[in-house]
Amino acid sequence: MLDMVIQQPILAALIALVSLGLVFGALLGFAAEKFKVDGDPVIDQIDELLPQTQCGQCGFPGCRPYAESIASGDAINKCPPGGQATINAIASLLDVPAPDLDEEHGQESEVKTVAYIREDECIGCTKCIQACPVDAILGAAKLMHTVIVDECTGCDLCVEPCPVDCIDMLPVEQDISQWQWSAPQTPDGLIATDGMNSPNLAGQDNPEPNREDAA
Amino acid sequence: MRKTWLTPGGVHPPENKQQSLTQPIGELPIPDRLVVPLSQHIGAPSIACVKVGDCVLKGQKIADSAGSVSVAVHAPTSGTITAIEARPVAHSSGMTAPCIEISNDGLDQWIASEGIADFEHTSPSALLSVITEAGIAGMGGAGFPTAVKLNPGFQRPIDTLIINATECEPYITADDAIIRERAEEIIEGVRILSHILGNPSNILIGIEDNKPEAIAALRPHIQDTGISLVSFPTKYPSGGEKQLIYILTGKELPSGQIPADIGTVCVNIGTIYAIKRAVVDAQPLISRVTTVTGKACAINRNYNVLIGTAVSHLLQHNNFDQQACSRVVMGGPMMGFSLTSEDVPIVKTSNCILAPSYQEIPEDEPAQPCIRCGMCAEVCPASLLPQQLFWYSQAKDHDRLQAHNLFDCIECGACSYVCPSNIPLVQYYRNSKGEIKTAQQEKVKSDHARERFEFHKQRIEQAEQEREAKRAARREAAKQAKSTTAGSGSAADIVAAAQARAAAKKLSPEQQQAKLERAVTSAEMRAQKAQEKLDSATANNDTEEKLNVFSAALTAAQQKLDQAKARLAEHK
Repeated sequence: MLDMVIQQPILAALIALVSLGLVFGALLGFAAEKFKVDGDPVIDQIDELLPQTQCGQCGFPGCRPYAESIASGDAINKCPPGGQATINAIASLLDVPAPDLDEEHGQESEVKTVAYIREDECIGCTKCIQACPVDAILGAAKLMHTVIVDECTGCDLCVEPCPVDCIDMLPVEQDISQWQWSAPQTPDGLIATDGMNSPNLAGQDNPEPNREDAA
Repeated sequence: MRKTWLTPGGVHPPENKQQSLTQPIGELPIPDRLVVPLSQHIGAPSIACVKVGDCVLKGQKIADSAGSVSVAVHAPTSGTITAIEARPVAHSSGMTAPCIEISNDGLDQWIASEGIADFEHTSPSALLSVITEAGIAGMGGAGFPTAVKLNPGFQRPIDTLIINATECEPYITADDAIIRERAEEIIEGVRILSHILGNPSNILIGIEDNKPEAIAALRPHIQDTGISLVSFPTKYPSGGEKQLIYILTGKELPSGQIPADIGTVCVNIGTIYAIKRAVVDAQPLISRVTTVTGKACAINRNYNVLIGTAVSHLLQHNNFDQQACSRVVMGGPMMGFSLTSEDVPIVKTSNCILAPSYQEIPEDEPAQPCIRCGMCAEVCPASLLPQQLFWYSQAKDHDRLQAHNLFDCIECGACSYVCPSNIPLVQYYRNSKGEIKTAQQEKVKSDHARERFEFHKQRIEQAEQEREAKRAARREAAKQAKSTTAGSGSAADIVAAAQARAAAKKLSPEQQQAKLERAVTSAEMRAQKAQEKLDSATANNDTEEKLNVFSAALTAAQQKLDQAKARLAEHK
């Protein structure tokens, strides 16, 4: 064996390289099969970031189709329910600059809403039930319908099909358990002369504060 | 002298505790109306079990505990329920929450009940249910249902019971006063707790060395009881649960874990007193000791206050000077919050009402830019990096905030206290904590919506497929039928068969004539009737309009008759 290597160095090198190639090729082939990724993981990641209201304001029938479209190069600023926060999140995921929300698709709303059916006026036509993308409306033909508030995403797709206009989008009521601290106001004027207009300093007619005594 | 450990950070604000300790715990006249909130604890709000108009006795249960993490609520005095509705409550938001209003009947009549004197022969589970039913939730400030804390389960054996008598926050002396006056009852409460927890090997009372009278009051009662009284140097915030556990045991509570995970239970001393009252004296938690202090009040003192008493009632009895007061704070100057209204009721967690003058607590000075001095990091008792958290909070960088352990922040306010730029750091952290929690909830909700949407889509697709399958089946059946008829004969046969069917449908000439004759007869009859109607109308001198109608009908009938006759003649 050693003799052959010494006598035929070219042939030996060739055999060695080819066998190495075969071994690594097999290894890579095996790994490609073993760790195969089904589908495009970017679509899943984008879909995770979208608000899942399924409202279709982006022009796609639901959040996942829009995620697929973004993955294949569509604009990322077509989602009004997600607003700027969603745009920023997708931008940082895809490593692209974050544009402003495209107003053509609707405006970002501060207040979350849910659908509410005025039940006396409902004629039981089931049109809203068919329109609801998340099956959040309960009811049957010629029987009154109602919205399951916890399931409603506030997409307002049910409002338009209602023939008697008995669906309202009501703001979600905030109670004490959902209340949260707001961010402190950033001070605007800090130079002494600005203080005249600053709400923080205005009306400071109390005696000179004594910091030594302050607790 | 037992070894104590030194926590990182901490500050030494002026204590201001002496002024409220000059007099013993006082009693207040019962106000005419008491407003008792249904949610005074962490967990599900209690469920009202009385109606408007009901008469209740002092100590009678007016709301049941809702679920496992909840407690009951009781009537603080006897009287009539006058309202069950949303009222402003003591909360940083100044919002309303469901409350029960009781109008005092002046009798202050207790409900009949019997305590458990022999608690050592009562099962711990029975005692825990007494504690829940007595409405006891942590009185140190958080309001966590005590029975839940005392029931950590079999997986977590408890070897250390810590009684928190630290009371590290300036101005507050409620625990100090209660120890001075009721040390014996407190020690009995500790024994009840020890029995519930299966007699843990270490029972430690942690107290700061700025309360010598309280230490002296406790000392005679702990002899030969196995309870150790540990005093340690005063520093804010030593009274935080994590901090106190470290000071007394040297064990650091890992992030995201509860004391029971390291075999420890930590209970406030005011809660211990309430437990003793509930178990031995059968008195539910309807009152608590609250400090009323601050230079805007002429009298600074501790009171035994009924739950539901309005803050304004307390202030009035202390000669409160509205003009001199910068703000009314519930809790201490470090962790308390300003009240938006003085009509809010005292709840189970209200340990102090602070009415400072402008000199004591000046208005907030405007915040200036962070100069990165690092003083906040030096005083942070949780060893966090407050200045980094501040940047990330401003940038709303939730991932980095969590990576820097924002949720280990106990909101003690030491960082804000030392900040030379007056930055309201704690408010930034509270805001970020709220945002992160909301984002997490939204995530759960959106995942749920996605699931429902996928299911909806799948269902619609399935229905469509079923319809398509039915259509295909029908098409197949039609094809089958066609092929069987086509298979039986040639095209000519089919034409012949169709002609035969058409011929069969055709009437014979005799039948046709009979049909036409019938038509003529009926047309004649109709014309005759129309003539009769016209005649009778003329005889009755009807209006011209009616006559016109009848004559038109007659003309139409005659035309039809003519047509029928013509068709009959044609056929013949």
